[in-house]
Amino acid sequence: MKFTWFNLMPWPYLPDDFREKNRSVWVDIDQRLFDPAKSHEVYNTYMDLLEYADTLGFDGIGVNEHHQNGYGIMPSPNIIAAGLARRTSDAAIVVLGNSIALYNPPVRVAEEFAMLDCISGGRLVAGFPVGTSMDTNYCYGQIPSLTREKYQEAHDLIIKAWTSRDPFAFNGRYNKLRHVNIWPRPIQQPHPPVHIPGGGSVETYDFCIDNTYSYSYLSFSGYLRAQALMNGYWKRVEERGVDKSPYRAGFAQTICVAETDEEAERLYAPHVNYFYNRCLHVYPGFADAPGYRTIKTIQTGALSQYAPPRGGYAELTWKDLTEQGHVIAGSPETVRQRMEDLIKGLNVGNIFCLMHVGDMPADKCMYSTKLFAEKVMPKLRNMFPDRADDSRFWCHPLDKRVSAGSLPTAPARAPIPAE
Amino acid sequence: MELKTVQTRHVPVRYLEGGAGPDLVFLHGAGGVTADDPLLAALAKTHHVVAPLIPGYGDSEECGEIRDMLDFTLHTWDVVEALGCKDPILVGHSMGGMIAAEMAAVQPNDVSRLALIAPAGLWDDDHPIADLFSTMPYEMPALLFHDPEAGAAMMTAGRDVEDPNFLQTYLVANARQLGMAGRILFPVPERGLAGRLYRIKAKTVLIWGDSDKLIPPVYAHAFKKSVAGAELVSIPEAGHMITLEQPQAVAEAIGRLG
Repeated sequence: MKFTWFNLMPWPYLPDDFREKNRSVWVDIDQRLFDPAKSHEVYNTYMDLLEYADTLGFDGIGVNEHHQNGYGIMPSPNIIAAGLARRTSDAAIVVLGNSIALYNPPVRVAEEFAMLDCISGGRLVAGFPVGTSMDTNYCYGQIPSLTREKYQEAHDLIIKAWTSRDPFAFNGRYNKLRHVNIWPRPIQQPHPPVHIPGGGSVETYDFCIDNTYSYSYLSFSGYLRAQALMNGYWKRVEERGVDKSPYRAGFAQTICVAETDEEAERLYAPHVNYFYNRCLHVYPGFADAPGYRTIKTIQTGALSQYAPPRGGYAELTWKDLTEQGHVIAGSPETVRQRMEDLIKGLNVGNIFCLMHVGDMPADKCMYSTKLFAEKVMPKLRNMFPDRADDSRFWCHPLDKRVSAGSLPTAPARAPIPAE
Repeated sequence: MELKTVQTRHVPVRYLEGGAGPDLVFLHGAGGVTADDPLLAALAKTHHVVAPLIPGYGDSEECGEIRDMLDFTLHTWDVVEALGCKDPILVGHSMGGMIAAEMAAVQPNDVSRLALIAPAGLWDDDHPIADLFSTMPYEMPALLFHDPEAGAAMMTAGRDVEDPNFLQTYLVANARQLGMAGRILFPVPERGLAGRLYRIKAKTVLIWGDSDKLIPPVYAHAFKKSVAGAELVSIPEAGHMITLEQPQAVAEAIGRLG
């Protein structure tokens, strides 16, 4: 199993009447709600928490990309990842990911990911999302019905840039480049492992199967609601006649651990409530620009994950959220049982643990994280013994890596020039 | 009006045809056009009307090869050619007006009479056009009609909007139609037309609803300034969907072209 500690980086100071006074947490969120001076501490605390997860033995620490978003103050995940690469030594740096259709030219992603791989000593796991409609269309102005074509071209260009050893010309529809020759290139060969966040389209299933990429379902609605979608994926994997290694798939799950179920509710309910009621308050007009999803996907009935459940999240109580699996919360034993159900039920080897929730303060987050790492994670380690040696979907760091900050505080003497 | 098909280089194109008289090509807006459109009916009394559907609209086949403004413009010229229309009266509403204006700018010697009904295609920072793509269906009538209540009734036409089957059909149609429209209208409905309007030689009439909230009448004046000799007909008690709200007045204004 691969457990990645993930931080969405929500803004923790949305007011109590946020829902009533604002139409959306995303795209046209009120500028005045962001306080740059306060963000100094928020950013550094969030990065500290990611680094803390590395010390507890999580396999990966994860970041992602959102724009103009009150629950994700990380428009550039690569900036955060660069900081993490320096301050951590073991965990994979899981960037899930860069919305490659938005980088102009996408060679920029090939370069920045190569830099991250080099700085971290080969610890990069690279994610290539299409990006949500909010980010890609409404914030970054990409034409909805051409987004996927542009994404595909960006993907092809990045992979070629990573794997070609000679300069090449790239005559794409969206990118015309006469001299592609990235410098540096990644440590991992032929390139870092790739994870693709998807939302239920058959085209994306096939894309992952064809390229040996891991398919990630990043939902906030939990494992019970994900069953149909993941069944669709595994059915496709079977149809295509490839192995059903659980590492072909990843899943994001909100997790809160305490000593007892009661303590979990007492400690975490307000923050879970903050996340589901304030952070997910997205104006439905931004959820799905016409043309963004393929007709085939709409016809399968897979509605946008940003479409709230009927009646909205506001009506969901702690009991609803935990029983319906949006959130897995409770004592280590409760969480272990439910995680086991999730892992077996969805057949997923990569878990993206959403352990910082809403406006959760650092001490509660560390408490929950430590309990998960010490009392839950070890018991889930060996869920797929037959697949233990499947390393196709994870990073391969250098055996010998340097530690950041290992220079002496001052030069010992005048350097001796070489003869 | 009768729904027919004509083959073009890229795709078979569906078009509505009716009436007798001089040829008139009508290009619909982002919402599409149907056989019971009141403006087409009014125009067909005196003209041979053909109204091609943009690929992806109605039941027509989509076309991946039509991506940008030039593609839309040349494709629509291909349709006019395939329909055998020579120097037709070229009429366009909203997105269709943007395409018609481009056609007249690109081939100025092939268009002698042009009617632009609340056309898209220009942008004024002081008067930003509402984002049609993020507008929810229930918000549309207030944006598109002078009389939102009557407009809402026209848009839903007695269908049960709560019915999940209707919703599925609606989402698919919306994705097909607005997905295609987005190629020239998203996120800002401007693709450089302002720099090409000077080429238009056609006798031009601009037709605008006084209470157009989507593309406000200030844009009428911008078009008038850029198209030499253009005449502006302002119509009271009409919003952006002037073609549905005041079809007779619009047909009369088009009649001024002769």
